[in-house]
Amino acid sequence: MSNNQFLTPTKAARGLGSAKSGTVHHIRQRVSALALIFLVPWFVFSVIRAIQGGEATAADWVSQPVPAILLILTAGAAIYHMRLGMQVVIEDYIAKSGTRAALLILNSFACIALFAIVALSVLKLWIGAAA
Amino acid sequence: MSGTPRADTRPLSPHLQVWRPHATMAASITHRITGVALYFGTFLIAAWLVALATGSDTYGLIETLLFSWFGKVVLYFWAVAVLFHFVNGIRHLLWDGPGVAFGPKAASAFSIFNYTFAFLGAAAIWAAAAWL
Repeated sequence: MSNNQFLTPTKAARGLGSAKSGTVHHIRQRVSALALIFLVPWFVFSVIRAIQGGEATAADWVSQPVPAILLILTAGAAIYHMRLGMQVVIEDYIAKSGTRAALLILNSFACIALFAIVALSVLKLWIGAAA
Repeated sequence: MSGTPRADTRPLSPHLQVWRPHATMAASITHRITGVALYFGTFLIAAWLVALATGSDTYGLIETLLFSWFGKVVLYFWAVAVLFHFVNGIRHLLWDGPGVAFGPKAASAFSIFNYTFAFLGAAAIWAAAAWL
């Protein structure tokens, strides 16, 4: 900028503007955290028990409606939360703009794909057991 | 940056090199490390669920992995990471919302509690899942 010599540091910083999305990111990270406070204790206990119980026990667990719904909700909240978290980590440590953009896009794609795969697996186990 | 020189010498962001290490700092760093670890841990748990949905042959493979000593260690530390991120995350919510436990002593005590909770809690969940 040509008129920098007349700007105070504060004025210059304001002129650059904000990304205008910091607050909503902060709120989303915390609201998904609130949901996870209820879902995570149930999930950790249940999944360890299912693993220890073997295939039949695990499949039986997912084929009941309440665990199936809670599994999809847990996956949704957790994957949303981790996508937001990884976004901040990438923004903090990757300075090169091309690499940063590529990783941010990869983060979004990986998380959304993961949710789709998890949801389909739960549905398959649930519908498969009912049929 | 603007061309004007700094008018004051306000502190910059905390630099690791000049800060004395303390429990709250360690907890903050661990929160981020466990967050990143859990990102990849979720993919592993998802792989287990996909194997369960795929069929017995695939599930047998993943079960062999999970029941090996390596699989058990990974699963235990996954639970430790979940519990640490969980309890330290609640502390972050308490800081952000009601703003409690901000003082250095309370924050430090909370940090040590969070580490203890994570390791003992994971062991307790392990035992409970096996016996209940």
